[in-house]
Amino acid sequence: MDADPLSNRRPETGAFFQRDLGWHAPAFTPGYKTSVLRSPQKALLSLDNTITEITGPVFGHNILGELDNDLIHNFARPGESAIGPRIIVHGRVIDERGRGVPNVLLEFWQANAGGRYRHRKEGYLAALDPNFGGCGRTITDEDGNYAFRTVQPGPYPWPNGVNDWRPAHIHFSVFGHGFAQRLITQMYFEGDPMIWQCPIVRTIPDHAAIETLIAALDRQATIPMDARAYKFDIVLRGRRSSMFENRMEGN
Amino acid sequence: MVQPLNRFRETPSQTAGPYVHIGMTPNFCGIEGAYAQDLGALMVNGKTQGERITVRARVFDGTGTPLRDALIEIWQADAAGLYNSPSEMRGAADPNFSGWGRKATDMESGECIFETIRPGRVPFRDGRMQAPHISFWIVARGINLGLHTRMYFPEEEAANAADPLLARIEHRSRVPTLIAARADDGAYVFDIHLQGEHETVFLDV
Ligand SMILES: [Fe+3]
Repeated sequence: MDADPLSNRRPETGAFFQRDLGWHAPAFTPGYKTSVLRSPQKALLSLDNTITEITGPVFGHNILGELDNDLIHNFARPGESAIGPRIIVHGRVIDERGRGVPNVLLEFWQANAGGRYRHRKEGYLAALDPNFGGCGRTITDEDGNYAFRTVQPGPYPWPNGVNDWRPAHIHFSVFGHGFAQRLITQMYFEGDPMIWQCPIVRTIPDHAAIETLIAALDRQATIPMDARAYKFDIVLRGRRSSMFENRMEGN
Repeated sequence: MVQPLNRFRETPSQTAGPYVHIGMTPNFCGIEGAYAQDLGALMVNGKTQGERITVRARVFDGTGTPLRDALIEIWQADAAGLYNSPSEMRGAADPNFSGWGRKATDMESGECIFETIRPGRVPFRDGRMQAPHISFWIVARGINLGLHTRMYFPEEEAANAADPLLARIEHRSRVPTLIAARADDGAYVFDIHLQGEHETVFLDV
């Protein structure tokens, strides 16, 4: 794929920094029951990146439809909108070196304001909103910034313990520049006491790591009489400078 | 005191959950109209160079049951061994081949099917050629951090035997977990086992 012709950034070809597996949740987390039978038990094979992991597809802004970053309207009937507290979620995708990452594809999905997903496996009693689909996407700008509009999702119960509830959250898929940078995570909302009770949140061992998943209420970005704003920054793996790399092609 | 490195830490992963399809393959799960087509659904077109192949993949849990709610992405080189990526500095890849595919596993059979091409060979870090392979990334409910692995081809015996990644696998009995089988219809069948005797070799890359 061609690099952005308007950008003077040179594509990066260095290997990604080693992933800190102690910062992420381990695979086997019995408090989250589904992980018990879905967690590899043998050690991973650790390997410095080859070109297979260093490269990855890049998505052009041309794949985006006009309403892709507006979950309030992208599934609604003409003239109507989704029900619920209107919010803007915005932030910046940076890497571990602090550099903004442009052209990152962000895909998000969430329950509606009542906590109900539009999915055939969903079993919660809360009502579907006919004007809310629950998916959206956007691509970061030259500095790594992104924003989208949605309604604040509700908390919902799920079958794990007898009475486990998920805190309100938005799921994010983040597509950086290399296949080894691939990441899926969830964003939570400042002030929600249910975050700390959730078995899925608690798969992450470090309190400080969990705090990086909690978006701050951003009153400065709030639009008067329209939508509150939450700010959620995302950090992707950084990469080494290719200047000092061994030659990839050998010979 | 020394100067701080001022590095940030990677955002922690969380499971994709049972509703990953809503966000990543909405048309597959009945949310139509949001996007014209699910991203990554088509990897090839009529002009793509190379030999067409079909890859059928499944993911099994610790009881041997296929996951019916997983999502798999694959990434591979084109027929000439070039990646369709800005970070590919060795030449221009086939513009008619994306190299990237995304599929949800079938909600009944647990299978997902990629229509793609046979990848060319790409070099390892030290310049040795790797055997042809397809990179896999698996996410699902119950998986806290997306799993990376690779699929190799069964008929590439010599190339597989010399492959630098496969050579790094200490327990040789596990090497076959990365090598696809060939079905009677010619399709490659890649069964990924999350646990158990045949647990697939997953990669920390
Ligand atoms: Fe959820």
